Amino acid sequence: MNENWRKHRGAFASLLGPGLAMLAFAIVVPMALMLALSFSEQRGLTQVAFTGTLASYARALEPLYLGVVAQSVWISLATTIATLAIAYPVALAIALAPPKRRDLLLLLVVLPFWTNLLVRTYALIIVLSPTGLLYTPVAVVLSLVYVSLPFAVLPLYAQLERLDRRLLEASRDLGASAWTTFRRVMLPLTAPGLAAAAVLVFVPTLGSFLQSDLLGGAGTQMIGNVIERQFKSANDWPFGSALSFLLVYATAGVVALASLARAKRR
Amino acid sequence: MRLSLPLKLVLGAALLVLYAPIAVLIAFSFNAGRRVSVWQGFSFDWYVRAANDARLIEAFGNSLTIAAIATVISTLLGTATAIALWRFSFRGKSVLFGLLGVPVVVPEICLGVALLIVFARTGLMTALPYPASLLPIALAHVAFAFPFVAIVVRARLAGFDPRLIEASRDLGAGEWATLTRVLLPLLRPAMVAGALLAFTLSLDDFVITFFTTGPGTTTFPVLVYSMVRFSVTPEINAASTVLIAVTLALAALAYKFQKPST
Repeated sequence: MNENWRKHRGAFASLLGPGLAMLAFAIVVPMALMLALSFSEQRGLTQVAFTGTLASYARALEPLYLGVVAQSVWISLATTIATLAIAYPVALAIALAPPKRRDLLLLLVVLPFWTNLLVRTYALIIVLSPTGLLYTPVAVVLSLVYVSLPFAVLPLYAQLERLDRRLLEASRDLGASAWTTFRRVMLPLTAPGLAAAAVLVFVPTLGSFLQSDLLGGAGTQMIGNVIERQFKSANDWPFGSALSFLLVYATAGVVALASLARAKRR
Repeated sequence: MRLSLPLKLVLGAALLVLYAPIAVLIAFSFNAGRRVSVWQGFSFDWYVRAANDARLIEAFGNSLTIAAIATVISTLLGTATAIALWRFSFRGKSVLFGLLGVPVVVPEICLGVALLIVFARTGLMTALPYPASLLPIALAHVAFAFPFVAIVVRARLAGFDPRLIEASRDLGAGEWATLTRVLLPLLRPAMVAGALLAFTLSLDDFVITFFTTGPGTTTFPVLVYSMVRFSVTPEINAASTVLIAVTLALAALAYKFQKPST
């Protein structure tokens, strides 16, 4: 339906008003305040003055924090690659399974996602503690792969399930090896699903802080840990806000790049 | 193409790795000793202890209360927003769509600290006495949960015949009667599915809650976080097992209600 809202002002306002108020109260105002804070100066424990300064953003470029950014990107890339490497064959196996069994297999992959994130992270701590990997970057990557897997399997499955199998058969009939068929036929055809999966894994991972906090030990820091510290203990809200906005921009950048690549493909 | 053996093995191994930690966690909730990685015999001790832990019970109750409030508000807001988006054409509709996507796309931690700033500046975080102090947290949960409800309800509306609305009006029904006697009954399955999704999202949330809880108010995930940091005992396993059971039951319900609408 496409009714003109002017003819039903009362219904329009009462249907849309509460949602808009909620978005304003919980998204627009907080983000705007955080943006203002990122250009402010911390004066004393609770005093903050808006001065339009770029000092907080400049501080993010100090070697210490650039190192944290580098480690976050490195951990997120490793997580994305490892997750895709596992999720692709898993999604393929589900797509090739008998139709009756596919729903059950998908449900089995997604079900752990319904368990509380903290419970799952704690479960990993128990399992990893005898291995000696706990409190290393490896443990952080492993736990991030663990929580990201369902997000990668779903878009890959959607893509692989639609894949025309006759194209693969044609490739094999024409003499291509299984590897060549995978690399030159299957991979290009499923690239959009791979890109979607990569974004769905990379973006939340880049902004994560729980895994590096609980499993990373002192040597593993991600952007999220630095942001958390500014608000919970270091009490430098302007710097925390600037870092937070840099993270939002990075996220938006990745999402925009992905949709640009998708548009180009068409 | 058939399902080759290596693929089957990868699938099997992946499922094993996904479930093994949860299975170990559940198994050790029945451990007789204090250790969470050395088996010392079977007992229900940790369940008894968890049931008698006032902090744990309060956190569990807080989580359920917050989730209940957030679910009711999210379902109402999400449904109304979805109906408005479906029914009307207006300027700025795409902006609204974008705003609804913000909680889905923006990193949770950014939203969490942004809400922390507002809550701390307005005194919402410390001013309210205990049970009332759950309300701001519930509202923070509504912020990220109601767009999901709107998406689920909107999907159901996509296949809805607008002539039913016209028929209702021609027969003399007003706005309210059309809404409550035609539209809402048809949207019920989507609303129930959306409500269960909102409930689970709220119950599961750690990051937003972590930043929006003031001193003295804690939810189950936030309590588990501090327990994991300070002292790991099978009591956390027992409490987690109960939560897993609750969430699984809800997931099963959501699945049941979601099915006919697809």
